[in-house]
Amino acid sequence: MCFVGKQLFNLVHFPLMLLFLVLCPIVAAILILAGAPARLTALLAAGANLLVAVLAFSFFEWWEHGFQFVSSFLVSADWRIHFALGLDGLSLVLVLLAVIVTLAAVWFTGKIDNYEQAFYACLLFISSGALGAFASLDLFFFYAFHELALIPTFLLIGIWGTGNRSAAAWKITIYLTLGSFIVLIGLILLYQSVPVASRSFDIRALQEAAVTHQIAPEAQRNIYLLLLLGFGILVSLFPFHTWAPEAYASAPAPAAMLHAGVIKKFGLYGLLRLAIPLLPEGAHYWAHLLVVLLLGNIIYIGLVTIAQKRLDWMLGYSSVMHMGYIFLGIASGNILGTTGAAGLMFAHGLSIALLFAIAGEVRSRTGTLAFDDLGGLAKVMPFAGLAFGFAAFAAIGLPGFANFAAEIMIFFGAFQNGWDMSRFHIFQVATALALWGVVISAVYMLRAYRKTFMGTMAERWTNIVDLRPALRVPITLLIGVLIWYGFFPNTFVRIISPAFRNYLTATK
Amino acid sequence: MITAPRLEIAVLVLGMIILMLEAFAPKIDKKVFAFIGIAGLAAVLIGTFFLTPSAPTDQATGFWSFYTADPLSIFFKRFSLLTTILVLVMMIDYAPVVRASDGTASSSLGEFFALPVLTCAGLMYTVSAIDFVSIFVSIELVTVSFFVLVSFTRRNPATLEAGVKYLILGALSTAFLVYGITWIFGVTGETNLQRITAAFANPNIDKNAALFGAVLVLVGLGFKIAAVPFQIWVPDVYQGAPTPVTAYLSVGSKAVGFVVLLRVLRPFMMLPKMERLLVLIALLTVLYGNLAALPQNNLKRLLAYSSIAHAGYLLIGVACINGPAVTFYLVAYLLMTLLSFAVLIIVAQQTGEEISDFDGLAKRSPFLAFAMLIAMVSLAGVPFTAGFFGKFFIFYAAIDQHQTALVVVGVITVACGFYYYLKVIRAMYWQPSARIDNIPVSGLSRLAMTALIVAIIWLGIYPTPILDALKR
Repeated sequence: MCFVGKQLFNLVHFPLMLLFLVLCPIVAAILILAGAPARLTALLAAGANLLVAVLAFSFFEWWEHGFQFVSSFLVSADWRIHFALGLDGLSLVLVLLAVIVTLAAVWFTGKIDNYEQAFYACLLFISSGALGAFASLDLFFFYAFHELALIPTFLLIGIWGTGNRSAAAWKITIYLTLGSFIVLIGLILLYQSVPVASRSFDIRALQEAAVTHQIAPEAQRNIYLLLLLGFGILVSLFPFHTWAPEAYASAPAPAAMLHAGVIKKFGLYGLLRLAIPLLPEGAHYWAHLLVVLLLGNIIYIGLVTIAQKRLDWMLGYSSVMHMGYIFLGIASGNILGTTGAAGLMFAHGLSIALLFAIAGEVRSRTGTLAFDDLGGLAKVMPFAGLAFGFAAFAAIGLPGFANFAAEIMIFFGAFQNGWDMSRFHIFQVATALALWGVVISAVYMLRAYRKTFMGTMAERWTNIVDLRPALRVPITLLIGVLIWYGFFPNTFVRIISPAFRNYLTATK
Repeated sequence: MITAPRLEIAVLVLGMIILMLEAFAPKIDKKVFAFIGIAGLAAVLIGTFFLTPSAPTDQATGFWSFYTADPLSIFFKRFSLLTTILVLVMMIDYAPVVRASDGTASSSLGEFFALPVLTCAGLMYTVSAIDFVSIFVSIELVTVSFFVLVSFTRRNPATLEAGVKYLILGALSTAFLVYGITWIFGVTGETNLQRITAAFANPNIDKNAALFGAVLVLVGLGFKIAAVPFQIWVPDVYQGAPTPVTAYLSVGSKAVGFVVLLRVLRPFMMLPKMERLLVLIALLTVLYGNLAALPQNNLKRLLAYSSIAHAGYLLIGVACINGPAVTFYLVAYLLMTLLSFAVLIIVAQQTGEEISDFDGLAKRSPFLAFAMLIAMVSLAGVPFTAGFFGKFFIFYAAIDQHQTALVVVGVITVACGFYYYLKVIRAMYWQPSARIDNIPVSGLSRLAMTALIVAIIWLGIYPTPILDALKR
């Protein structure tokens, strides 16, 4: 950035802008509950956050080492808990994802019949929880911010959901509670695994301890297993995935966008942020288990997705399936694979948000998402059809979209793990199988596209109107970013990969 | 500067004054007594910040070998005063029910407001007691006042049943306590906890007899804190008693029970098998409390089982001998339990005590629904509420002591807890209500509830004040 920009940057004192980023949605939510105009306030807050995140993205010095924009406030001296915020490349990309999807989700919120204010407040609370979790440098707040999204999600599904909303709301809440308390136990164990003198909840201090090999291998294995289980439940790792499709099918579209797009990435972010740098021995020890489970996500859930007869359930299952790729990147244990995993988190968040948004628009017009009732909607909703097509192609992993750029790094990274010219290692087998997942996702995505937007249209849908022009703004934003990443992946890859450089090698 | 025992004397005198006023000035509106009580207790609460530090307890003689003014006791004196003030606020809201059940006139309301003040003196004395004699006397002071309070609206058969059950089981627990104390006295020849600790250092004492005594004491205290298997009385008594009394019972009585337990167990943890026994009781208590709460449809009964569940989490802290964790949990428990009971009292007078009576509360009174929401998520243990830090410290203590069983069961039961606490939230926010009229909330209650909400969130973000208060 130019010199003048740099001066400007120092003037606004960037550390406090991260605080702004995290607190802005909460303040907006409180204002809305206190009576401010709901939609306007929410849009303003989400827009301001997008602006701040873009500023952070453009002023981020990717060639520098470590966390940037750091600010820290002491909470408890005894427990060494700080409210510390800061970004490195990995968290910056996820913060960007969170603000983009938040803006889109708020924008896509249609007319709410009852408790309109509470709806927007819940969305903003989820957004703030995600941003806080991604930006926190302290384990305690990393964990606590994620939980901030729990009750709003429960309310969103329960009050404004469709179908069997009550059961879905319970299921997601109980599952996520169990997962996050398992994570909490893992985090406390992690804290206690470091010698007393250097104990801290600060991620930077823990990374310091890990680099100097202060965490015993035995402890690493146990903690990694706990974190894998806990985070795995949060990310719908096979076989702990059953909450996800049901919840996303029942949730109102903006809630599904935020949850599937952003909050679900928390568990993956946790593994990348904690397990890779701090527990390399654990990651190595349990890699084979993870590979087997993630193949469950890709192959088994992939086949289940094909069998779905409703668009919302299909999207819910597809989001579970795509988690398998990201887990593959994490399991690969090299910079290529993990960077690809981080990139796919970003790409998947955008594409699934777009898909849920359009599905929500279709539902609000037709009142059904069963494939048998739909068909030919592209005639009356050409723009929605086009956008859905783009999103579907992105989700399949067609070149030119972010998902492709990320997935190819994952596949190369995973294939390199343990590669021996003479024989196939489990990772090569897994990669070969996972590649078939691309075919599976092509089958269900194209099938969904055909059954929804192509073919003959039923008489009763002739009066349906296309998306309002205003709604095309967030769609264009989402597609634009997907294509931008797809064509210029290096803008993102160069800032993500340094996050792993201290802990992983380029290949193995 | 004030010495500690004067606080109890002041509270006692305050209670007497209210009783005297009631006897000699029958014309005064009874609510005035409650205000006098609140103002007087608030004055004493301020007084606790101007105490002279007491002598160290180990060479204490005379009165000071029965009574201590250490940081723990000062902290819980404030805790008791705060609880009593909030209970009096709730009692003002509850006064119409008492008046209605009394039939004739509002003659007994004065006692209804005076008894908590006297109980408070007992609570404050109990947390300072460091000798089995003073422990016994002060606990009885508390229990006897509760006998009256629990059955106060005696024309209601459920209340009467509650009163009888509490009386019989209270007497039984007292018997266990006395018998246990006798055994310990027989083995060591001492009643002072400090000297009992010293006596245990002697290798010639009979460890088994001491253990027997300790177990009997544990049984006696188990009744007070509602630990399994001494919890049978809790659901019926909590449901039948007047609601402010239930709140008082579940916070005040339980908190001092835990303080006494912490003090008493310190010497006895040296005995073999004591830790294992406590772990077993803690396990049973969290399991029973949480599982039995799942199917409940009556909110008061649900809170009764939830209070057993929380006793279980507290016992995890006790089994790990972590005083600060237990104390913090008790403070969080005070805030969230009193908040939920405060909402319950107001709503129950409009509709009822069933969870279904809360249907659509968010439409009828957004403030009450929000207060209940905060209370429930804090009880469940969602971060950024005091309840989460409470659970965090407890789990930390358990992991630190390598109590794997406690941690595993604790995590599973926390997930259970989310189910039944969120049931209340579901009723308030997404069930339709038959009635849509507003629910009036008096200014004083609104102030108290707002203060509780702020305190719950504040401690959920910044727990340091409580942790520091214990160190001084």
